[in-house]
Amino acid sequence: MDLALLLEWIIKSLVLILILLTSFAYLTFYERKALARIQVRIGPNRAGPGGWLQPVADAVKLIFKEELTPAKAYKVIFVIAPMLTLLPALIILAVVPFGSSITLFGRQVSLGITDINVGVLYIMAVASISVYGIVLAGWSSNNKYAMLGGIRSSAQMISYELALGLSIIGPILLAESMSIGEIIDAQRGIWFLFLQPVGAIIFWTATLAEVNRSPFDMPEAEQELTAGYHVEYSGMKFALFFIAEYMKMIAVSVILAALFLGGYRGPFVDQVPLLGPLYLFVKVFVLLFIMIWVRATLPRIRYDRLMAFGWKLLFPLALTNVFLTAVGIILADTYGPAFLWSIPLMSILAFLVVNYLARDRIATASAQAVSFRR
Amino acid sequence: MLIEYLPIAILLVISTGLAALIVWIGNTFGPRRPTLRKSLPYESGMNPIGPGTRRMPVRFYLVAVLFILFDIEVVFFLPWAIVFRQLGLFGLIEMFVFIFILLVGYVYAWKKGALEWE
Repeated sequence: MDLALLLEWIIKSLVLILILLTSFAYLTFYERKALARIQVRIGPNRAGPGGWLQPVADAVKLIFKEELTPAKAYKVIFVIAPMLTLLPALIILAVVPFGSSITLFGRQVSLGITDINVGVLYIMAVASISVYGIVLAGWSSNNKYAMLGGIRSSAQMISYELALGLSIIGPILLAESMSIGEIIDAQRGIWFLFLQPVGAIIFWTATLAEVNRSPFDMPEAEQELTAGYHVEYSGMKFALFFIAEYMKMIAVSVILAALFLGGYRGPFVDQVPLLGPLYLFVKVFVLLFIMIWVRATLPRIRYDRLMAFGWKLLFPLALTNVFLTAVGIILADTYGPAFLWSIPLMSILAFLVVNYLARDRIATASAQAVSFRR
Repeated sequence: MLIEYLPIAILLVISTGLAALIVWIGNTFGPRRPTLRKSLPYESGMNPIGPGTRRMPVRFYLVAVLFILFDIEVVFFLPWAIVFRQLGLFGLIEMFVFIFILLVGYVYAWKKGALEWE
């Protein structure tokens, strides 16, 4: 095998991990700043100019913290579980291209680790591995709150994975490929967000549940589970869970951008390939802000509502969306490409119908949310 | 081509190394002074009551079983989605029949209360 190629892969892997670690560190800072601004505070501003060294300070603090291991914990699994949570967050982006290829040192270097032809399947498979880390962490802690958090988390994640998997079918149907690179190329003319508005909404909601973000952060509910599955973890082992959670936020934003927002595509990207990562960064930045905004706005939803929402609302809606997409493609193939626009029309109609059918539930839930906030 | 998966393997090895490094850093630099109180399971400062791992409500297992059923359905969607344009109307009807059978099971589970969480 070519030695230079091997070296290229190793360098690209290191660069990806470095980028992820840096963006994780500054995502925590970004979240604290944005949340503070929404709550009319200033946020961290002491460490370094404007608070920009806050992530470094946090890391130093966590490194020199005492690490506790409960006496009755299952020691080996207790150590392996946080590592197992971090791994999928690090490797899930291996199949997403961050830009088209550029010429570097006389070599064609593609921006992205690899582009396998079953990229979407890989993403779904790797995303479900992170459940293991959380469940094992909860179980090996030998603490009833941690156990409950881990079990809750697994039930929640597998429930929303159905809607997640079904919402990815839309872009695959339109692009006729499972490779992320080809899905991005298929969005040369128009972003799939406009052809799949409901699919994008379902994907976004399901990923919020998948990465345990608010308003679906039941596994970490402080008020009832003290912290959920990572209650017994401290120091750098806690940091591993923390890193994994924020990296998963970045990863799902990148994947959503690739599937629905055209990935690295934008004006003039074919002439200047280096614009690609820049466009992707802007899209991910906006998506991450929406995540933080959701956290600042919505209260945590109750667990029975969470499961009912996933199974009774999101899953049938996602299934309907897939079928309407298929019908729209057949219409477009028969009567002309303009009929592709029947997909968003029909799916938005279905979305409104489902909203109407569930209106009582939604009304009670939102009334309750408002009364909690007062 | 199988060679496309080699970069993922490299990335996996490096990521494992990073995770191990982080655990090692924590072990090396943090102090370690365990006492009896610190080693107890954390229950907001109270003395822990009962065992840590206990029986779980059966609903969680029910959800897991239903998940396996419907997740396999999603997996069947993937190859169908790729060749859908070639199959055309035939593919749509075929898939509808397949989903209809599973939907009967879905409605049954719903009516039986398997999706309720009370």
